[in-house]
Amino acid sequence: MNKEWQPRLVAFFCNWCTYTAADLAGVSRLKYAPNVRVIRVMCSGRVDPQFILDALAKGADGVLVGGCHPGDCHYVEGNYKMLRRYHLLKRMLKDMGIEEQRVRLEWISAAEGHKVRQVVNEMTEQLRALGPLGLPQKFEEWDREVERLAADVHAREAADAAAACAGRTSAEEVTHA
Amino acid sequence: MANGNGNNRTSPERRPRIGFYVCHCGVNIAGTVDCAEVARYVGTLPGVVLSRDYKYMCSDPGQELIQKDIAEYKLERVVVASCSPLLHEHTFRTAVEKGGLNPFFFHMVNIREHNSWVHTDRAEATAKARDLARAAIERVARHKPLETKRVPIKPVTLIVGGGIAGIHAALTLANAGKQVILVEREPTIGGHMAKFDKTFPTLDCAACILTPKMSAVGAHPNIRLLTYSEVVKVDGFVGNYKVTIRRKPRYIDEEKCVGCQDCISACVFKQPKFTDEFNEGLGKRKPVYIPFPQATPQVVAIDSNVCLNFRNGPDGSRVVSDKCKKTCVEACGDRNAIDFTQKERFEEIEVGTIIVATGFQAFDAKRLPAYGYGRYPNVFTALEVERMVNASGPTGGHVVLRDGKTEPKTVGIIHCVGSRDKKTNRWCSRVCCMYSMKLAHLIKEHTHAEVYNFYIDIRTPGKGYEEFYNQLLDEGVHFVRGRVGEVTDWAITPEEEGKLVIRVEDTLAGVVRRIPVDMVVLATGLEPRSDAQEVRRLFNMSCGSEGFFLERHPKLAPVSTFNDGVYIAGACQGPKDIPDTVAQAGAAAAEALSLIDKGYVEQEPNTAFVLEDECSGCKSCIPLCPYSAIQFDDARGKAVINEALCKGCGTCVGSCPSGSIVQNLFDDEEIFSEIEGVLAYE
Repeated sequence: MNKEWQPRLVAFFCNWCTYTAADLAGVSRLKYAPNVRVIRVMCSGRVDPQFILDALAKGADGVLVGGCHPGDCHYVEGNYKMLRRYHLLKRMLKDMGIEEQRVRLEWISAAEGHKVRQVVNEMTEQLRALGPLGLPQKFEEWDREVERLAADVHAREAADAAAACAGRTSAEEVTHA
Repeated sequence: MANGNGNNRTSPERRPRIGFYVCHCGVNIAGTVDCAEVARYVGTLPGVVLSRDYKYMCSDPGQELIQKDIAEYKLERVVVASCSPLLHEHTFRTAVEKGGLNPFFFHMVNIREHNSWVHTDRAEATAKARDLARAAIERVARHKPLETKRVPIKPVTLIVGGGIAGIHAALTLANAGKQVILVEREPTIGGHMAKFDKTFPTLDCAACILTPKMSAVGAHPNIRLLTYSEVVKVDGFVGNYKVTIRRKPRYIDEEKCVGCQDCISACVFKQPKFTDEFNEGLGKRKPVYIPFPQATPQVVAIDSNVCLNFRNGPDGSRVVSDKCKKTCVEACGDRNAIDFTQKERFEEIEVGTIIVATGFQAFDAKRLPAYGYGRYPNVFTALEVERMVNASGPTGGHVVLRDGKTEPKTVGIIHCVGSRDKKTNRWCSRVCCMYSMKLAHLIKEHTHAEVYNFYIDIRTPGKGYEEFYNQLLDEGVHFVRGRVGEVTDWAITPEEEGKLVIRVEDTLAGVVRRIPVDMVVLATGLEPRSDAQEVRRLFNMSCGSEGFFLERHPKLAPVSTFNDGVYIAGACQGPKDIPDTVAQAGAAAAEALSLIDKGYVEQEPNTAFVLEDECSGCKSCIPLCPYSAIQFDDARGKAVINEALCKGCGTCVGSCPSGSIVQNLFDDEEIFSEIEGVLAYE
């Protein structure tokens, strides 16, 4: 990349509150960081933790999930279901060595266009400070490492096999002698 | 590992032929996004056989272009990058359908609200548009043909709130032959308007125009009026709402009471003794009362909090003590309308559409102590004065000081109390300028007092409103421009002695003035009802940041909410005057009517279904569904989703450990392809 590195933020917004809030931010012409890419889902409850992991694995530096405020879910309680998964996922991400600020769940109602701006800007700055997560590059690196290791092991096995073969011959020779 | 996700199914063997359109939206998008570049880039993506940029995609020529291209280029999928799908997704789906494709072989990219309007850097915005478009191309290639399902509409409308908005909406619908259930929490309908004396700018008597409509509601065969009742629970969805209504006991059988009011004169309390809410506490009423003479229904109510026949029960609620002589029952005689055994009841009704018209509450003037309301007796709120000038009000139409007899010689009306103020409410309440001038006129007419108006700006945007202001200027009402600092009784000159002094910076003259008056009237603003949040949750609506109910779109869907089949009208949506309220109520009734007359709604086919072969029967999805749409088939050991009950949230899909639930329009491979699309580096 020639250009200065820019954080990549993937967001999953629920149709009824946060997506609408982002529309409101647009209608109100609030300006915020262009780093976010929004994917619309009907409810934050639809957000499978795999979506978040997949986004990180495919090159996102952070993932934002936006849902309705507790008690306001269009589908009664989908946002609570997301909250439960989010807490579990946070623990898992911690174990994976992924910084806490990279994944965030926010309640943003349809009236809170300013909150979309605030959260996106905040997160973009946090990700900028954290630097690239670069999982795809890491995967490539790890793949190469595994390949190197495999080649190494393979070479060693071949050498051992050759040596064993040679040893046996000499031993046989000795016995025969 | 990056590609090792089990749910991420491989891309289709053969890419469908995709057509892509990017809309300029005049300069709304093209001003920030290089549309030609986006079109060029998308044209290079696999499967895209046609990529165009066009000035206005939502215009008729734009839609016809899609239809023509589908035939000419044998397109199998269409993507439009323009405004929010919440605005025009339906438009383009219809265009795609007219072109001969399944309407769901379409996807929309939001590059206006989510891009050109919120970003300034052209290169960044163009890059973002490219990313979002790429994701849509990836996604649309995986779209499946779907069908919308039709849900019948119950031809009954629930109207919540019996103010002028609810009344007008109810009559409009009922006159069209539709069944209406009107729920009002007070013992009578009428709302705030029933308390007004005259209405601006025409000065016609509020009761004369309102009460015929109230009676019409009471007598209309298509309207079922449930007063003294509240909605406590709403289940279901557009076309089929199940609503639970709490009927508070009024201790009167509404069927039997004829409104003769004999019981009121017979009450053991010879004199009215208790605060009369209808008269803003200026008058008194008895425990058995009728709020005002034209109350609808013409049925009395018994206030169990003060009636002698009740005592405090062990849990603090009021229970019948039977200690009273019950002269009221005697007076009622064989009509037998009084029933002390009445209990709170819950009634379930089924309706297809709902109009919420719960109105506003007046700003509590005590929140601004500098104006002395509650501290100085002769500081009044506008609603109190409104009741005083009314001939059937507590003073019989005389504007008098708190002592009940002295007419004021000078009156100061303070505008914007609880409006346009960072400390209280920031919004303009829209009606205060006009009602203040109306009160100024009426006070002058009744008392010949000198009247001062203290205003920040005079706002008269309405038919005949500016003319009314000019009329007031001609009548010799004084206008002082400036927000009042305080109202005080601290006199510093002999002529201020015994008066209330209004301290104000006259911003036109550039001096601070002290104006002594006998009576201060506070033009309190309009604010959301204190329980607006609960009501919002009940009906699954949204509120704006100030707490008024949020309309779906301020211009294109001003009475719709985000919950289909639920409409809003009147001051619960924002401060407004009577003409606007009535207009909005008519609009809400028309919206409900159009749904009812159509007979059905088309629902998004975004429901979920279980892939039977893959379901392991773990049952983890079953408790997640708030609509109980998932059942367990014991015989086969599989979960089954009832499509008719599923609302399409996808919560079960996101939680299925074996990935065997699929949500139409939002299935895993569609979303994974979108994730991949937005992140693919160049």
